[in-house]
Amino acid sequence: MSSLQYATPASVQEAVALLAKAEGKARILAGGTDLLVQMRAGMVDPALIVDIKKIPGLRTVTREGGGYRIGAAVAGAELSDRADISKDWPGVVEAFDLIGSTQIQGRASLGGNLCNASPAADSVPALVAAGAKATVAGPGGTRIVPVEEIPTGPGRTSLKPGEFIVDFVLPAKAAGTGDAYLRLIPRTEMDIAVVGVGVCLTLDAAGVCTAARVALGAVAPTVLLVPDAAKALVGSRLDEAALQKLDAAAQAACRPINDKRGTIAYRTKVAGVLARRAALIAADRARTN
Amino acid sequence: MAEALRKDFKIIGTRPVRPDGIPKVTGTAKFGADFSLPGTLFGKILRSPHAHARIRKIDTSKAAALPGVKAVITGADFPEQKNEFIGPERTAVNFWYMTRNIMAREKALYEGHAVAAVAASSPEIAEKAARLIEIDYEVLPHVIDVDAAMAPDAPLLFEDMTTRGVEPAPTRPTNVSKRLEFKLGDVEKGFADADIVLEKTYKTEAVHQGYIETHACLARYDADGQGELWSSSQGHFVVRNLTAKLLGMRLNDLKVNPAEIGGGFGGKTVVYLEPVAMLLSKKAGHPVRLAMTRAEVFKASGPTSGASITLKIGIKKDGTIIAGDAALRYQAGAVPGSPVMNGCLCIFACYAIPNQRAIGYDVVSNRPKVAAYRAPGSGIAAFAVESTLDILAKQIGMDPIELRLKNATRIGAPMLGGGKMSHEGFVQTLQAIRNHPAYSAPLGPNQGRGVASGYWFNGGGESGASVYVNADGTVVVSTGSPDIGGSRASMAMMAAETLGIPYDQVRAGVSDTTTVAYTHLTAGSRVTFATGLAVVGATNKVIEDLRARAAKIWGVDIEAVDWVDGCAKPSSSNVGKFEALTLKQLAAQASATGGPIGAAHAVNAAKQAPGFSTQLCDIEVDPETGRATVLRFVVAQDAGRAIHRSYVEGQMQGGAVQGIGWALNEEYIYDEKGRLANAGFLDYRMPVASDLPMIETVVVEVPNNDHPFGVKGVGEVNIVPTMAAVANAITAATGKRMSALPMSPPRLLEALGRPGKEV
Repeated sequence: MSSLQYATPASVQEAVALLAKAEGKARILAGGTDLLVQMRAGMVDPALIVDIKKIPGLRTVTREGGGYRIGAAVAGAELSDRADISKDWPGVVEAFDLIGSTQIQGRASLGGNLCNASPAADSVPALVAAGAKATVAGPGGTRIVPVEEIPTGPGRTSLKPGEFIVDFVLPAKAAGTGDAYLRLIPRTEMDIAVVGVGVCLTLDAAGVCTAARVALGAVAPTVLLVPDAAKALVGSRLDEAALQKLDAAAQAACRPINDKRGTIAYRTKVAGVLARRAALIAADRARTN
Repeated sequence: MAEALRKDFKIIGTRPVRPDGIPKVTGTAKFGADFSLPGTLFGKILRSPHAHARIRKIDTSKAAALPGVKAVITGADFPEQKNEFIGPERTAVNFWYMTRNIMAREKALYEGHAVAAVAASSPEIAEKAARLIEIDYEVLPHVIDVDAAMAPDAPLLFEDMTTRGVEPAPTRPTNVSKRLEFKLGDVEKGFADADIVLEKTYKTEAVHQGYIETHACLARYDADGQGELWSSSQGHFVVRNLTAKLLGMRLNDLKVNPAEIGGGFGGKTVVYLEPVAMLLSKKAGHPVRLAMTRAEVFKASGPTSGASITLKIGIKKDGTIIAGDAALRYQAGAVPGSPVMNGCLCIFACYAIPNQRAIGYDVVSNRPKVAAYRAPGSGIAAFAVESTLDILAKQIGMDPIELRLKNATRIGAPMLGGGKMSHEGFVQTLQAIRNHPAYSAPLGPNQGRGVASGYWFNGGGESGASVYVNADGTVVVSTGSPDIGGSRASMAMMAAETLGIPYDQVRAGVSDTTTVAYTHLTAGSRVTFATGLAVVGATNKVIEDLRARAAKIWGVDIEAVDWVDGCAKPSSSNVGKFEALTLKQLAAQASATGGPIGAAHAVNAAKQAPGFSTQLCDIEVDPETGRATVLRFVVAQDAGRAIHRSYVEGQMQGGAVQGIGWALNEEYIYDEKGRLANAGFLDYRMPVASDLPMIETVVVEVPNNDHPFGVKGVGEVNIVPTMAAVANAITAATGKRMSALPMSPPRLLEALGRPGKEV
């Protein structure tokens, strides 16, 4: 066993400096619900753990320009407690809330769920559908990155050495907008998505869909933003024909694998089903918004 | 015994507080991993990464040279055993295979097979030492599936294994360890006389009991050759006997202390760690602790068989089942010993079928050796027979319970394997479900209802108990049965009822192997029956002694003293005018009347009654995702007589829950290299509480007249019908017949895509 250092930087700059010095042998600790499990399983063996929870802003949620800035280490339970964000972005909050158990919810973070880069991460399709952007800090300063551009494959991200996610921005929600996230698991909890679908859409006064984003989880090496699925909805009143098109577009985008959790055929078919169902829930929310 | 027909019990059938509750919820109860002694070393087992490999060479020198390493052992350190099957056929053991399962010798036979072990002064050193052991493997082709393992060109686990039970004895080596055949009547004639004959093949996957506590023990081997073990098991006497045999020790050289047990369900009836820890301790000269991780439990303890069953049933249009013929192929795991004989003897046992045959095959493949799991072998068989009966009931337009009632076994019905059904109880479970409001409750769209039944032998056998009266009038009951399902409470209740004293005056415990007579496993639903008989026997001896003490005090004959409601009383007014003497009064005078009051009793209990259960399942299936939700589940089971009613209901609920998991999602999944892909609770999908409705119970009580309180074992039969009840409900909900387990969402969605309506 190698020796292990643990640091609690008090600022973004300090964290960036620590990460830069560690030359790739550091891991970020937010909730630790993935990191500690991976360390115990011998999957990772970091030399340095950088706990980002003491950095100002990393554990707070603030309103900003009609939207929200959510610290990368905010725990699921903390987000679910917020009535305002739960009302504005119920899809994001319910997706985050599906991760793990009550105990896990006390620790698990959006930043960790994204950077663990599992294709089945529950919060990611919802964040992508909502159009969330991540603030990435690193040796070269800060950059703003759409959430869908962070994961590049299972366990891999587009973050450069020394970079980490500081926070997420959920945009101001346009009038008549609703979002939803659905996943399929064989059980009712304590499981990993076999398929996950996030949908965010906007309806005009006549009930016509004017904008939509559809994101699929667990059906490809990364969470997928599916423009064709959005196109199927835009201009429609979410009638049966539009939903069938959505279903087909979602299925067409799937590039899943056969594994212990599901088959290619199953994941593909269910992605279409959940896309339709999530779109209808999002539309209901859009109408009552 | 007329006692069984009594109904005026004071304690039997009530729900007193369990004596083990507070230690368990406050964390003071000691389980297998909670023991330590000064100087205890940490053990670690090195396991095969290959499903099948010849072990050409093991070099332990680097591991042994690591500072802090106190012992390294391999299979060669265990004494060789004779290759012979001993004991009754249904539970025969072969120590040649057992010692090879505990630690590989010539070959590693499954991924996770123990190959070597170390003991060191810290877990980290033990871990590092295990990694330093060099093993030269010759990786061999492997076989996982039972049908594939039976194929003529399958890779052979044992190059010299031939099939037992075939005349003349075959010479060609095979993975089929044994063939069994049981017959009644003439099946060919029966099928000729049938109006409908249905033949179908069913498949089930291997499933694990899923006990929460992983295997763990502490072993100490002393310089004088005496050994002591602390271990969590379903029978510390059996742990003692097996460990002693595997290490060549005498039975009185080994003392085994029972730990609390965090679930067993049959999986803790054998040894894995105990002989290894003891041998490490012997070599190291220090106590050694060993514990499995969850992944080790999945890979290297004993799940139950996956199986393949071909079943043919012939029926008359009036519902009379006239013939049944079954071929049962059960995975044994890497060494022989599947519960296929149980499957053969249970498959038709609920029904009085004039012509029956069951042929069983015990098949080895590159999987962990199976262990018992709740009515081992019977639930697999019931999945086949109860699914087929559901189909046939629909084909002849008969209510499924009516069909079962029409053919239900009765006292005197001949049974496969010899003997006759000697107990009632099955019909009553069918009636209980038919009369239950759930049976006629309305269902919504995509919902369906299924029923199924099941049979289990139940066990008797050897048990010991002692009962002592303390000076303050309290009573201590000791038995040799580890308490898994609440036996301390039920033993105390039976002793209190027999003595005529309150429950809270009796305390029951579990004693080690040096302080009570040999007691067989807590398994086979035998403890409340058999150990209960030992407790009642010991209690009756104590009552006899109490009467003698009163007689002595009063100066009368013992025959002149009755024991009534916890007191000694003159048997008639002719005896004389004496105030009744309470247990407390007699206990206080014990020193003066002959010394301490107490008795031990041991039995080899026979005449246990079998278990029957009938169950109802309501299910809803999402037609677009194939995801099934159990809406309602009712278990009717014959308990003979419930001693502690809550524990009986708990057994019924627990069996059904395990069966629902088996039916819907649980399975051992192997990758192409024969490695287990889901060795953890995340992907080995047991149901969680929120997946299930509250399981409703109907405790049917048809007393067993061969037990003082009418007890029948209740621990196991409750899992037997469940898989079929769920399958039948799914067919009712979807119009598709699932003939393979698990009925997981991908499999169910695929079936939903099949054209046409199936029954």
